[in-house]
Amino acid sequence: MEAMKETVEESLREMRDTFASGRTRSLKWRKRQITAIYEMVKDNEDKLCSVLFQDLGKHSTEAFRDELGHVLRSATVAINCLDKWAVPKQSNLPLLFFPAKGKVISEPYGTVLVLSSWNFPISLSLDPLIGAIAAGNTVLLKSSELSPNASAFLAKTIPAYLDNKAIKVIEGGPDVATILLQHQWDKIFFTGSPKIGRIIMAAAAQHLTPVTLELGGKCPTIVDYPTISKNIKSVVKRITGGKWGSCSGQACISVDYVLIEKSFASSLIDMLKPTIRSFFGENPKESGCLSRIVSKQHVQRLSRLLNDPRVRASIVYGGSIDEENLYVEPTILLDPPLDSEIMNEEIFGPILPIITVRDIQDSIGIIKSKAKPLAIYAFTNDENLKTRILSETSSGSVTFNDVMIQYMCDALPFGGVGESGIGRYHGKYSFDCFSHEKAIMEGSLAMDLEARYPPWNSFKLSFIRLAFSEAYFKLLLLMLGLKRSK
Amino acid sequence: MAAAKKVFGAAEASDLVNELRRSFDDGVTRGYDWRITQLKKLLVICDNHEHDIVEALRHDLGKPELESSVFEVALLRNSCKLALKQLKNWMAPDKAKTSLTTFPASAEIVSEPLGVVLVISAWNYPFLLSIDPVIGAISAGNAVVLKPSELAPASSALLAKLLEQYLDPSAVRVIEGNVNETTLLLDQKWDKIFYTGSSKIGRVIMTAAAKHLTPVVLELGGKSPVVVDSNTDLKVTVRRIIAGKWGCNNGQACVSPDYILTTKEFAPKLIDAMKHELETFYGKKPMDSKDMSRIVNSNHFDRLSKLLEEKDVSDKIVYGGDKDRENLKIAPTILLDVPLDSLIMSEEIFGPLLPIITLNNLEESFDVIHSRPKPLAAYLFTHNQKLKERFAMTVSAGGIVVNDIAVHLALHTLPFGGVGESGMGAYHGKFSFDAFSHKKAVLYRSLFGDAPVRYPPYSRGKLRLLKALVDSNIFNIFKVLLGLS
Repeated sequence: MEAMKETVEESLREMRDTFASGRTRSLKWRKRQITAIYEMVKDNEDKLCSVLFQDLGKHSTEAFRDELGHVLRSATVAINCLDKWAVPKQSNLPLLFFPAKGKVISEPYGTVLVLSSWNFPISLSLDPLIGAIAAGNTVLLKSSELSPNASAFLAKTIPAYLDNKAIKVIEGGPDVATILLQHQWDKIFFTGSPKIGRIIMAAAAQHLTPVTLELGGKCPTIVDYPTISKNIKSVVKRITGGKWGSCSGQACISVDYVLIEKSFASSLIDMLKPTIRSFFGENPKESGCLSRIVSKQHVQRLSRLLNDPRVRASIVYGGSIDEENLYVEPTILLDPPLDSEIMNEEIFGPILPIITVRDIQDSIGIIKSKAKPLAIYAFTNDENLKTRILSETSSGSVTFNDVMIQYMCDALPFGGVGESGIGRYHGKYSFDCFSHEKAIMEGSLAMDLEARYPPWNSFKLSFIRLAFSEAYFKLLLLMLGLKRSK
Repeated sequence: MAAAKKVFGAAEASDLVNELRRSFDDGVTRGYDWRITQLKKLLVICDNHEHDIVEALRHDLGKPELESSVFEVALLRNSCKLALKQLKNWMAPDKAKTSLTTFPASAEIVSEPLGVVLVISAWNYPFLLSIDPVIGAISAGNAVVLKPSELAPASSALLAKLLEQYLDPSAVRVIEGNVNETTLLLDQKWDKIFYTGSSKIGRVIMTAAAKHLTPVVLELGGKSPVVVDSNTDLKVTVRRIIAGKWGCNNGQACVSPDYILTTKEFAPKLIDAMKHELETFYGKKPMDSKDMSRIVNSNHFDRLSKLLEEKDVSDKIVYGGDKDRENLKIAPTILLDVPLDSLIMSEEIFGPLLPIITLNNLEESFDVIHSRPKPLAAYLFTHNQKLKERFAMTVSAGGIVVNDIAVHLALHTLPFGGVGESGMGAYHGKFSFDAFSHKKAVLYRSLFGDAPVRYPPYSRGKLRLLKALVDSNIFNIFKVLLGLS
């Protein structure tokens, strides 16, 4: 560990020196680095798909759609927009301050730490990296030890493509993270669980380091059956794809559970079953299109959730587990008890509880009784319900009539609220996430107002009062002696 | 006749938060009308109680009437008026642009309140630093608890009285007290904490917030340097520095000019000009001038005295240095070339002492500033355009002001906040509204036009199409769809 500590300190020193040299301030440098990330992904597509398959059993199409494609797009957007993003924002100043000028400059924080997660180990590492570099920072990335092949790839390949005095990768688990957190960073970006998020923030507090925490939660999916029944096939496909088609439910914005009126539940289940089969075949384990669970520990965790006898009794589809092969079958539950563990922690796996309500409006109460999630999904054409969801619930985001796809919309901020996180990124928000917005004001030495200076008297007081309330006419009168000072 | 002080223990703190949360859940604070009503009442407080506020500040800080009227009441009045005028705009959702990958869809960003928020303010501008964040909290639709500083007791009591009298008690409350009450409050779960004060306590606040994953705004402080170039208008420069230092709560302000950096050559001229203007402003006996606040209390007086008494510092006083502990007064004091590692150059002074550090050339000032924690503000006086640009680009601070002092505080169009040791987050104007809001992303998708490319089983064709969609090159997509690729 001593050796690791020294490595960290050495890396920090080098990154700080690089930052101080000013090299990362150049937009050209930043674009070159981001272009290099783009090239790294393009040049190594097959290798990347291979490591994602090794770590998570991801099919290459899923790998491309969810990770590689996302990074390529993110890099392209950054390269194309960086010049625009880096332009200082001019501010209008009130007349009182004429001819002063004001603007806001985005400046890099300095040396930042990115801690990524195992479920999308490539995109959750490279996407924040792109943001940090775009903003002009030096960056240390620690990828997750639970996706060792992806982590090894990044550790080996990033130095070959990027400026390794400015951008570094470190591998390791909680012990490495602990060492990293003992040091002072100018910003920390973390993707992971709320439990670890708390530890990160407490460590950051020791150095007054600002943080962005991309956490998770139970993302509910409301299905307002009657109003969308005409398109129920689309709805079911989207839910099935959103739950099982993306890392087998191990995603922060995964459909965690469904809310539907009691009378329609069986119709929904009857459509989900064949859809699952059409996506993953009769034996999903062999389909090659379903990611596996990341580790034995997580299989055991999911197993435990199902072991509650009341939960087990609610299984209407699936339920089989093969710990050796890190496989949990796509499973549907119908009305597991609301106080069961599975209904109180983020599932992060291929188990879908369907919770029935008497009236679809009641789903709002259930959602509000839980911690604020990263996303809320609602399939409905009822405008009133949409309005209620928007105004009465709180979540990182809300998506109507689809799932997961908000992730790909780079005009929308991606981040949580409450237990689901602090801060946001994607698109320009990534740039902002890693920037300090510095206000610059320039006054004029030419025009000076006596009234600004002591000794104070009632004239000066009246003058300043009027100036502040921008009562310019009265101010003029005061100056011309036509108004009495109070 | 003072009412008996109610006990505020853990149970009371918990009840308080629960009560406000119930109000928030009931929707009390969400509507435009409620927010406008509260803001109007705050404006009434500014209009009808200016005299009371001035008196409380005179009691707590010996603040001159003009400073109280201008730097607290007038600024607050403007803040209220701006919020009243802009609230509809601020509350309206922002449309976002969607891309081909998510077509057909429309997207917007909706501002929603965070819930129940805690504002902890400081003693030096007790009204401004309490009510300005509260304006932000209320405009954004939150319920709010304010904990003013006990080091300004008359102001704290007046704030409690006025807010209770005018605002909706089901959603806005004031808790007076000291570190005990603050600790009890910090044990509760808040949806946001807004703190103004020292970096040391800022760490305590953020650590407490981490337990509940509560986002924070920390408005802290630091040593705000003033770089003075010989190529400047000396008289205007000196007057602005004096007004910004001793004219703003006698140096006890977070953006106070803490120390000056100038060339060895220019320093004597600068010091002479300062002495001259100081006398113009405060007379030959500045200890008798009514135009400066006093030191807030004996703790801070002793702290400042210690700074002056340190070996190798006490002999560097070139102006002032008089102290009167009974009346908590220290004369405007200038020091020349104290050691860079002295106490007075290591901690935020927050008082009427102004060290001047001389350098061989102005270039060195960048290194001096860079070697220290990032301050809340950094100032430069010069006519030199290149120097201004370099300063603005390379000096990292909460905010940069060229050719003036502190005045950026009054500008609602600029975000006001720190970086590094001087804080995180920002406010003023719309930035206050944003500081207390959650910006919720909302995507509206149609159920028509589904792309089978999204779903398993995966095929090479689907992969090609996906790749084309991701590139959002419309020609690629057609090529794939028409089987031409």
